[in-house]
Amino acid sequence: MKTSFKLNGKQVQVETSQDATLLWTLRDTLLMTGTKYGCGAALCGACTVHLDGVPVRSCMTSVSAAAGRSVTTIEGLATDQLHPLQKAWIEEQVPQCGYCQSGQIMQAAALLKSNPRPSRDEIINHMNGVLCRCGTYTRIIKAIERASAVTTKTGKP
Amino acid sequence: MKTKMNSGNEFSRRQFLITAGGIGFAITASALTPKILKSYNGKGTDTIDDQHQITAWVQLTKEGKVIIYNPAAEMGQGSMTALAVIIAEELDADWKNVHIENSPILPAVYGLNWGGKLGGPMMTVGSRTVKGYYKGLRLAGGQARAILLQNAAEKWGVPVNELITEPSIVIHKKSGRKITYGEIAAFAKIPDPLPVITDKDLKHPENFRLIGKTMSRFDVPQKVNGKAIYALDIHVPNMVYATISRSPVNGSKPELLNEAEVRESDGLIDIIKLDHGIGVVTKTFDQALKAKKILQIKWSDGAKAQGYESEKSFAMYQDMVTNNSNKTSKIIHTTGNTAGAIQSATKVYNKDYFTDYLCHAQMEPLNSVVSVAPDGQSAEAWVGTQMPDSERQGIAKALNIDEANVNLHPCYLGGGFGRRSGFAMEAAMLSKQVKLPVKLIWTREDDIQYGSFRPISLQRLQAGVDAQGNMLSWKHDVAGPDERLQTGGVYMDYYNIPNQQVRQHIVDHGVRTSYWRSVGHGPNKFAQESFIDEIAHDLKIDPYEYRRRLMKDTPRYLTILDKVKSMSSWGGKLPEGRAKGLAFSEYGGSYTAGVVEISLNKESGQIKVHKVWAAVDAGVVVLPDSAIAQMEGGIVMGISSTLFESITFKNGKVQQSNFNDYPVLRMSDAPESIDIAIIPSAEPPTSMGEVSLPLMAGAIANAFLKLTGKALRHLPFTTDKVLEVLG
Repeated sequence: MKTSFKLNGKQVQVETSQDATLLWTLRDTLLMTGTKYGCGAALCGACTVHLDGVPVRSCMTSVSAAAGRSVTTIEGLATDQLHPLQKAWIEEQVPQCGYCQSGQIMQAAALLKSNPRPSRDEIINHMNGVLCRCGTYTRIIKAIERASAVTTKTGKP
Repeated sequence: MKTKMNSGNEFSRRQFLITAGGIGFAITASALTPKILKSYNGKGTDTIDDQHQITAWVQLTKEGKVIIYNPAAEMGQGSMTALAVIIAEELDADWKNVHIENSPILPAVYGLNWGGKLGGPMMTVGSRTVKGYYKGLRLAGGQARAILLQNAAEKWGVPVNELITEPSIVIHKKSGRKITYGEIAAFAKIPDPLPVITDKDLKHPENFRLIGKTMSRFDVPQKVNGKAIYALDIHVPNMVYATISRSPVNGSKPELLNEAEVRESDGLIDIIKLDHGIGVVTKTFDQALKAKKILQIKWSDGAKAQGYESEKSFAMYQDMVTNNSNKTSKIIHTTGNTAGAIQSATKVYNKDYFTDYLCHAQMEPLNSVVSVAPDGQSAEAWVGTQMPDSERQGIAKALNIDEANVNLHPCYLGGGFGRRSGFAMEAAMLSKQVKLPVKLIWTREDDIQYGSFRPISLQRLQAGVDAQGNMLSWKHDVAGPDERLQTGGVYMDYYNIPNQQVRQHIVDHGVRTSYWRSVGHGPNKFAQESFIDEIAHDLKIDPYEYRRRLMKDTPRYLTILDKVKSMSSWGGKLPEGRAKGLAFSEYGGSYTAGVVEISLNKESGQIKVHKVWAAVDAGVVVLPDSAIAQMEGGIVMGISSTLFESITFKNGKVQQSNFNDYPVLRMSDAPESIDIAIIPSAEPPTSMGEVSLPLMAGAIANAFLKLTGKALRHLPFTTDKVLEVLG
């Protein structure tokens, strides 16, 4: 099966089996390894990418669902410079093992796009599906609040 | 190569020279500095020709880049940065030019003995990395600096003692001459013998430019843009994918019933029969998952774990401890005479505490890439492992080749917590059979069901107090599987109790058990700290005051306790429905006290931890923000394991399989705030990665006791257990 979609702004075409998942296609066919496998059951959020700007769990999304649409991964989040969330993540020194953080940042980026000044409760509600075993949650919240303050000031995403 | 450790545990200077500057090292380095480093460090490295090896630890480029080798696994604990900071401090390197690369797997040079001498196993375990390497790497950094000074002195024809350094510059004040480290590197000769550095050559801590300052971690930028390379991210040409269906009952052996059908699977390359499972190798991982699903396997009978019911363990342990009937039971610590002391006690307390099995559930499931050469005589391996040298030995053993012929490329670890070692040999066996590079991935279900668990345990405590409530005697019996894992922290050196006895009772259920963050300290501190509060509660003494009494002769511990008291406003007014609990703990020479503030939903039985405060004395802290992150992470993992996590066995099989039935704490259950105070210290560094976790179970139980008057004595405090205790 051939599927075409936009990946991080560029048109791509992949040849996969009918029921291939977006996660393993991104990782192993397109070599975009920033998106991680954690549970294979949409329980941990490590595989979160954007499909037309909406966060989805790529482990439970078939590659055919991406046909003709736009997929953004952690590799495509920043354009010419780091996304405000990535900067905030560095400033707050959020990651420990780092494995979940692509999913955390992609999930958070979707939040700030639709709600540039989320309350603490809104952050928690939005982020609750993404697990972190190292326990970086308090720093994730701080980083989202920091990025939110920056983006609100500059008006940029 | 078979690297031999010297009897004195310090390799000779001659050996050092060979490894540092000579041809031996050059071969080693070019063979072992894998190309993957270019993506691993995210910045690309100069070619080996442009790098000047100053010592085994330090290379310089003409442009002034300082390349420092990291000997330890980086799994989020920040030690790759901390160790480089230690070297850079004594080298007096300009930190902004420091670049960190993984060292070769060369235990005689880069390993660490438990006593802290360099040269020994390369394993990142037991929160020993910064503590263990501190002294040796200060000396190594100082030695590299001395070599640079010596070269500058010879070049200028001045006495070496007239030279000083500023970051990455050697200065001769008398003549006003300056030369950068990079410029020296271009002509530097490695002296033989190497300069000998002793303690007196090291910086006074007051002069530290880097140690103890808030530094950014080297790995963080790569972990926000998807560039950090874990083993799961490795792709090599012609690589195929594999997964294994492993024994549901530990030790049972597989018989594949539908091989012909499985061989028809999409993309199937081969089916591989192992002692403990059936592997399927396919062109894509999606195909491997599909092939695995249709496997029909008959598992052999007769494994020791067969029929094991974990919930029946506790009654068995209680009986065993009561009757002292286990042949393996032994007294492992005695102070004074508990049997005599208990006679003079005015009040005797007896309580049993229980902990379930726990799973590591690190976010990156186990995986590895191994490429065995077609002749089967050598292999390349990419693994995120806490023990690269024993991992390499495991691969070599599986392939029946010399470990020198296994080139292991360490990758970042997506969480370790004690789980990540001893698994890459499976991929080696698969690769050998299919004669292709194999990426073997454990599914989350595999990772939980074939996990290696923190053991179940019974803690039976007995204490006797006098009329004033003074603790006269303390007895602690611990029962459960795995002698290695039971007794960490079981003896308390920080409480002044004149008569103490610890006994251990070991039972083998035939299930896999392993080191899990904080190991025995988790269950033991839970029991001890809960018991202290239950006694204080009965005596109507404030738990802080009671601990103060138990530690009255030890100012170091009182400082920690008093710090957390003031941080948490202990004894102050609280909102309705809230209560605070206190606990004290130690790990690897570090001491800590923590306070939690909780509330309870009486309908659902859900405990919520709102705030946490902790003070820690861990000696000199090299990388303070990373140390704080370790304290925070341990606290969150501690809360998670206290409230949610449990592995159970029915008929020998693990009942949990993914995050739906093995819940790990989510953001909504994280504390609103975690405040950490580091007690200033000039003592050598001690452990940081595992000291905070054991605080949580006791502190939460103690807050619950304060809030409800009821004691929780069985971990985890799931809602059903809480409701049962509430009645």
